[in-house]
Amino acid sequence: MYVAVKGGERAIDNAHAWLAEERRGDPTVPELSIAQIREQLALAVNRVMAEGSLYDPDLAALAIKQSRGDMIEAIFLIRAYRTTLPRLGHSEPVNTDAMTCDRRISATFKDAPGGQVLGPTFDYTHRLLDFKLAADGETPEPPVAEPRDEETPHISGFLGREGLIQDEIQSDETPRDLTREPLELPASRALRLQALSRGDEGFILGMAYSTQRGYGRNHPFVGELRIGTVAVEMDIPELGFAIEIGEMTLTECETVNQFTGSKTEPPQFTRGYGLVFGQSERKAISMALVDRALRWKELGEDDAGVPAQDEEFVLYHSDNIQATGFLEHIKLPHYVDFQSELELIRRLRKEAAAGRQAQEAAE
Amino acid sequence: MNETTDRRSWLGLLAKAPEEALDACWTDLGESPEFSWLRTPEIGGVMVRGRAGATGAPFNLGEMTVTRCALRLGDGTVGHGYVQGRSTRKAERAALCDALLQGPKAGAVRAHVLKPLAEQAEIARQARAARAAATKVDFFTMVRGED
Repeated sequence: MYVAVKGGERAIDNAHAWLAEERRGDPTVPELSIAQIREQLALAVNRVMAEGSLYDPDLAALAIKQSRGDMIEAIFLIRAYRTTLPRLGHSEPVNTDAMTCDRRISATFKDAPGGQVLGPTFDYTHRLLDFKLAADGETPEPPVAEPRDEETPHISGFLGREGLIQDEIQSDETPRDLTREPLELPASRALRLQALSRGDEGFILGMAYSTQRGYGRNHPFVGELRIGTVAVEMDIPELGFAIEIGEMTLTECETVNQFTGSKTEPPQFTRGYGLVFGQSERKAISMALVDRALRWKELGEDDAGVPAQDEEFVLYHSDNIQATGFLEHIKLPHYVDFQSELELIRRLRKEAAAGRQAQEAAE
Repeated sequence: MNETTDRRSWLGLLAKAPEEALDACWTDLGESPEFSWLRTPEIGGVMVRGRAGATGAPFNLGEMTVTRCALRLGDGTVGHGYVQGRSTRKAERAALCDALLQGPKAGAVRAHVLKPLAEQAEIARQARAARAAATKVDFFTMVRGED
């Protein structure tokens, strides 16, 4: 435990003033605007929205500015702000089938209807530093082509039609909400998906990677990865019908994994699912792998005793705000705690020394 | 289009419009009707849901900011604003448009607000779609000379 200590107000105020100055940096360098962060550090903004669990690009950009680019601090600011908002309601589940895709790829079907659309991806870049960017270069207009109006159906739908992939459970059950009630185990898949979607990208990535390296291997293929815009609809009681209240960029990943089957059921592919705010494909793929690993019980798989199958381990350690809160609190004053530890160790040493003397005297 | 789908579509358009675009249209419309608040603008969060595997059971994905308000014009018409983001001004203008669209000024609001907003949204959509289309992969198969 730590106890409240008085004093240090002046030091704290002065520390905050210095923090503000350091945040600004060299005043001869132009200051960043929120719009610059939102537009030019968009993937950082996306991560703060996803893990802050609040879709608002301007707020996320402000949080990044305020936190000097410390992502977890920025996420913390968003989470804190989020708790001040009255909850106006919930949306209808977003229809990702109707997504306006910037990017849509499948690693399983080359000729998927709707095509392989690369979008603004880092894939296939050479990962060489581009010094032109340091020199204020103009960005050339990207090439365009005739916009395509064809549908982009989900790949899993094709496998589903042949019964080759396990069906999702059809339900409209109200999902439980992590932000409203404490997490209880065993958690439903809905709760797991909520926790994974707002979980720390690094942690989820590490867990997903562990399954690929053999700690709960489930042979994933990226059946489909799509990034684009969906409309968000909400039922408005005073109107008596649902309207679109906004739109958002989402990244969705569906994995196709190795089979399950039984004496009565023929073998079928299984699924993992990732859905994340913004353009966040590393996170969405990771989420799908971990979702799949956590489904071992319902799919009748063996408990391999690996971390990614252990929902208590995954769900209780995926939240970087909980983690950082507990971790960082140990730097706060623990003077009284430590005083008692000091007294204890002094006593133990004295007793040990006395014991030795008594033994020597006896010999 | 029946009345409800019509209203649904304009409320959706107003909700998604960038604030500056709605501001410009509103100025262009040049209306400043008298009104009283039924609910003053309120910034809040809406929990956005997804479905497991895109088609399965719903789950809570995360929240988004939304601002809402309701007002009544002098003639009694009620307008609702539900808009994305945290702008109370945008919510107010959306509610005023909603109310005006139900009365004799509907034609002007359609011409000065809805039409340009829809056009701008479509231009933005087409611009992204055109860029996406240019990144569609055309596969070609290497033929091996085996005959």
